[in-house]
Amino acid sequence: MPFNQKPQKFNASINTVEIGCGDKAIKLGGECTFPFYTFDAPMENAPKIGVEVSDLGIASNIPGIQKFYEGASTIGEIAKKAETMEGADFVCLRLEGGDPNGEDKSIDELIEVVKEVAEAVTCPLVVEGCKNVEKDTELLPKVAEVLQGKNALVMSAREENYKAVGAAAGLAYNQKVGAESAVDINLAKQLNVVMTQLGVNGQDIVMNVGSAAVGYGFEYVVSTMDRIKGAALSQNDNMLQMPIITAVADEAWSVKEAMATEEDMPEWGPLEERGISMEVQTAAAVLASGSDAVILKHPQSVATISKMIKELM
Amino acid sequence: MALTGIQIFKMTPKKNCKECGCPTCMAFAMKVAQGALEISKCPYMSDEALAELSEATAPPMKTIKVGTGEGEYTLGGETVLFRHEKTFVSKTRYAVSICTCMDDAAVDAKIAELQKVDYDRIGERMHVEMVYVNYEEGADKDRYVEMVKKAAATGKTLILGCKDPEVAKAALEVCKDGKPVLNGATAANYAAMNDLAKEAGVVLGVCGADLNEIYDTVAALEKAGNKNLVIDATGSSVKEAYANAVQIRRAALKDQDRTFGYPTIVNTAAIAHGDRNLQQALASLFTVKYGSIVVMETLDYAEALPLFGLRQNVFTDPQKPMKVEPGIYALNGADENSLCLTTVDFALTYFVVSGELERSGVPCNLIISDAGGLSVLTAWAAGKLSSTSVATYIKENVEDKVKCRKLVIPGKVAVLKGDIEAKLPGWEVIVAPLEAVQLVKFLKDLTA
Repeated sequence: MPFNQKPQKFNASINTVEIGCGDKAIKLGGECTFPFYTFDAPMENAPKIGVEVSDLGIASNIPGIQKFYEGASTIGEIAKKAETMEGADFVCLRLEGGDPNGEDKSIDELIEVVKEVAEAVTCPLVVEGCKNVEKDTELLPKVAEVLQGKNALVMSAREENYKAVGAAAGLAYNQKVGAESAVDINLAKQLNVVMTQLGVNGQDIVMNVGSAAVGYGFEYVVSTMDRIKGAALSQNDNMLQMPIITAVADEAWSVKEAMATEEDMPEWGPLEERGISMEVQTAAAVLASGSDAVILKHPQSVATISKMIKELM
Repeated sequence: MALTGIQIFKMTPKKNCKECGCPTCMAFAMKVAQGALEISKCPYMSDEALAELSEATAPPMKTIKVGTGEGEYTLGGETVLFRHEKTFVSKTRYAVSICTCMDDAAVDAKIAELQKVDYDRIGERMHVEMVYVNYEEGADKDRYVEMVKKAAATGKTLILGCKDPEVAKAALEVCKDGKPVLNGATAANYAAMNDLAKEAGVVLGVCGADLNEIYDTVAALEKAGNKNLVIDATGSSVKEAYANAVQIRRAALKDQDRTFGYPTIVNTAAIAHGDRNLQQALASLFTVKYGSIVVMETLDYAEALPLFGLRQNVFTDPQKPMKVEPGIYALNGADENSLCLTTVDFALTYFVVSGELERSGVPCNLIISDAGGLSVLTAWAAGKLSSTSVATYIKENVEDKVKCRKLVIPGKVAVLKGDIEAKLPGWEVIVAPLEAVQLVKFLKDLTA
């Protein structure tokens, strides 16, 4: 007697959100199954991979990253190089230099960076703020304005500034809006509710539900994503059917395992290997939990995760 | 399959004696079906009925034990597909593989290397728990047995990847006391392998070309009386391995199909041969989704640090917070004169705070007292973090070890400053910022 296969069919699906224009445009989401459950139903769109670049240039001390960007000095050149990375689907520009506790670059300066990157790349563009709420509230609407016609994803509107960011990106300038919450299904849903009440089309929202590096409270990430996908598919909750994007690089490369030098931790081996491992494994785990896109940094991580996705599709 | 009330009713004596506390046997059967009463409440049940019922109410996934002594591991026994529904119970175990296709020097090097990773993370020993010894068809039997001996000498629990009953027999001779897994029953050889496994008293791994073949082989082995099994879900590709692992687990837990109610092995060395990075991505994938044993070609520190961290996270009980041991943690080469900081024993808090403190490079003593594994504000609200708890801990455990008399307390409990100072004469209490990310700047300013 053969195995009685019982596919799990849902009458709901994750929204499909298109980012970018032309033949390089990408679609996030669209699936009606749990992640990579292709034996239940085909997965509409493969999860996508973004390459992170920063307005601060190549500040990295990682040889593999430095080597990859060799010869690129301006942010435009760096972004151009990033989009050629094997396995990359989009470029994510982080405007971390805007942080008032860091370089505190002016908004005009940052907007110039955005313009330069937008002109340099042909792939879809995701722009992340500097994480300082006040600065982002001013900065991100201007980013949305300058990227008109590019169909970019602007990250991120948060509970504190969703009105300014959501209205500019989602209503005034026709971009896609990232909705950022902190690893909690209720907060994620609440933000989607208030953004749609503001008038932003739910189909234009991509969620960034927060992450952690594996080993650092990652159980909350798994359970938050499991529950969001569960509610979106089995309960047809349309306030949780937005695709999920996860900024892995930032988390993975800032934990001890990816930062301690080899002199401090001789038995751990080369720093670069540890960073790649942290990035690859964190990305694989968020994809297994339901993320529709991941943002990575190291060329080897991008190649590996791209291969894994291809093999699973 | 779970039995209905009617099916249970048919097995009752139907005499309505009321000794079970129910007015009729029918009412009793209905309650048993709902799980409200134990079948043993009826004093007149026949032995056959009891056996059949205990079978029907058995857990959906079997708990299988492999290895001996310190190397004994429990696999399976899961009851939910997602950890938030209850909890996962048996951790994924990791094995490094050696193979007859490797030369002796490579085998020796691998065996030496896989023993290197061994460290503690929040009270848990992290190391490679198993060695997968793979036999390729046609290889020399004696050489395989020698490899098995070498692997057994590490004290790790073995998995014998061997489909040839004659070779398996010889290998079991030298390692069966360590309770290895014999991974190699197929549709073609299961009868012979079953005899070997039973005789040696070891767990048998079931392989097959696809889920149907595996299903039939498991059913045949169960019929032959062997329920001490694991299922090799690897298949021929990454896609197949994932589909197998998910469907086996889902069939057992969601669809109550007991034939698939066994732990699984996923061998990434077979489906991503030579690709270290893809293997570690897959190890992560199968830790989150349903691999009971994951086999890799290497597991060095770089791969182990995230992987064991992931496992420790995923297999925590959502109802029980992760805790670190109370104590004085000296960071950045701190000594008895270095600044003291205190926070709670919730593991996430500890990791975030200690990470930031390390980033600051400032030598300091992080003092962790017992706060029930709760975060700062929760512990404070629950009375587990108070001026008394902090003062008592410092008096009893810190004052005789540390000379510095400056204590930094979490910004969220700034309100405790006065009370702690009153209870700890001679100490200066300093309030830290609200968020851990601000600690680097705070410490640099403080020590400037």
